[in-house]
Amino acid sequence: MADRPLVLGIETSCDETGVGIVRGETLLVDAIASSVDEHARFGGVVPEVASRAHLEAMIPTIERACTTAGVSLREVDAVAVTSGPGLAGALMVGVAAAKSLAVGLGVPLFGVNHLASHVAVDIVEHGPLPEPTMALLVSGGHSSLLLVPDVTNEISSLGSTIDDAAGEAFDKVARVLGLPFPGGPHIDRAAREGQVTIDFPRGLTTGRDLERHRFDFSFSGLKTAVARWVELRQRAGEPVPVADVAASFQEAVVDVLTRKAVAACRAEGVGHLQIGGGVAANSRLRALAQERCDAAGVELRVPRPGLCTDNGAMVAALGAQMVLRGRTPSDLGLSADSSMPVTEISA
Amino acid sequence: MLALDTSTSAITVAVHDGEQVLAERSVLDARAHTEHLAPLVQDALESAGLRPADLTDIAVGVGPGPFTGLRVGLVTARVLAYTVGVPCHGVVSLDALAEEAVRSGSVDGTAEFAVATDARRKEVYWSRYTVTAGHPARLSDPAVLHPADVADGMRGLATAGRGPLLYPDVFASPVTPLDVSAVALAEVALRQIAHGVEVGVDALYLRRPDAQPTSSSKSTLTEVRGDRR
Ligand SMILES: Nc1ncnc2c1ncn2[C@@H]1O[C@H](COP(=O)(O)OP(=O)(O)O)[C@@H](O)[C@H]1O
Repeated sequence: MADRPLVLGIETSCDETGVGIVRGETLLVDAIASSVDEHARFGGVVPEVASRAHLEAMIPTIERACTTAGVSLREVDAVAVTSGPGLAGALMVGVAAAKSLAVGLGVPLFGVNHLASHVAVDIVEHGPLPEPTMALLVSGGHSSLLLVPDVTNEISSLGSTIDDAAGEAFDKVARVLGLPFPGGPHIDRAAREGQVTIDFPRGLTTGRDLERHRFDFSFSGLKTAVARWVELRQRAGEPVPVADVAASFQEAVVDVLTRKAVAACRAEGVGHLQIGGGVAANSRLRALAQERCDAAGVELRVPRPGLCTDNGAMVAALGAQMVLRGRTPSDLGLSADSSMPVTEISA
Repeated sequence: MLALDTSTSAITVAVHDGEQVLAERSVLDARAHTEHLAPLVQDALESAGLRPADLTDIAVGVGPGPFTGLRVGLVTARVLAYTVGVPCHGVVSLDALAEEAVRSGSVDGTAEFAVATDARRKEVYWSRYTVTAGHPARLSDPAVLHPADVADGMRGLATAGRGPLLYPDVFASPVTPLDVSAVALAEVALRQIAHGVEVGVDALYLRRPDAQPTSSSKSTLTEVRGDRR
């Protein structure tokens, strides 16, 4: 166990039941069950629906993970679980499951931070994290710029969204454009057929906003601007150029994200940027980030899309680091903390 | 057998060897099932001098009960049973309350009685029982209803659970217990096994999830999990 601990990680902070298994810094399996289809007709995640789905998916997902990885539960050296932030009732299903595994197997339990896990996952994709690393986490629930000297012990938040998360903006704009939920991938696809023809606002990028919110984001004004633009068109009885609106909206989002991320690297003298979260799957975000990082001499790391969205592998990856660095396990009295701050890496 | 229940205000755990109770642990805290349950399980096993691998059966209350707490008990029991490789038996939680009401003599040995627990939102989970051969027998499926909708003829029945405490105007004859005890739950489970009765481990929610097909569900989500500033 010493240098290659076998760690099982459980993630249930939103609508994905994720169970991943990592040996040391090697990913063995990332099993996922998603209730996203059940939420689609509501245009967003319904907490009670997600919690019910987690309960039913838990054992089948654990079983699938073990079978695929060819490991027996008895070999597991430690269990890690997302203890926050996230939907309270959903987190509790994962936390209780992880505790049962820890009690049943007689192994240590690590309650870890969801955002820290999003950073740690790249260890099983691209190897040890440069220290420090800058991390841009952009998902349906979060948009944060994090300075990460040690993913098991020290993370500070340089900025985050003051209103909507980036993925949320994608989802809301998709609805305005009549595209299905979750909207991110649809906007990405539509944008490839369109041109950036509309100059939508870039939140918190000028004047006093920039002084006060240097590394913060705001996407709510952008979302409203898109909605208004589309509505004016519709009222005038003109067709809405969906592809162009998608491309222009997407450009506004990724422009701000990459500009601030690279600026943060410069300001902190950090040579590595990692992007994570569901929005990291966005093709334009990847391309523009690469371009700007190259120009700034910053090395860019982005895990494959499947590891960017919520998953159990990222929790296992962070748990394994906790074991490797000798961090203290969590108490069995561990609670789920729906608003766990990112500075709290383990509970 | 390890028995546990989280469908009422009690987080309750018992270890039973088929003949007697080896250990029993309970905490009254309707808002902290996640925190308390696993330490209680570990504690109960230790005090019974057992390791998890020594267990042969696990029994769990499947509700009805408030969803979040109920799920904590269910996932704990199911995953522990899966990890150790033993069967997990469901027990209707109201039956465990009825069992204790009969065993403790708080209801008359022959008459009908009822169990009413807190379903929140001004409703109760309710079931009616009779006593046969010294054991409670359920006469109706557990229901979720407004106390006002309990039929006039049923209101005078001796009623266990917290329902009568919350709605004294409706339930005229409150009796103990108020909350589930895992010891009684274990007794019900053992009897079910002896009679070849298998109650599944599906949660008895009795209500559909609240879900508005509007943008409000997404913004609720963001409220809960939005970035902390
Ligand atoms: N190609 C893409 N472009 C932009 N956004 C995307 C893309 N793929 C997924 N997303 C967005 O990512 C979010 C889901 O990411 P995930 O990490 O699972 O987040 P969360 O669980 O916090 O919602 C959704 O808002 C979705 O629209």
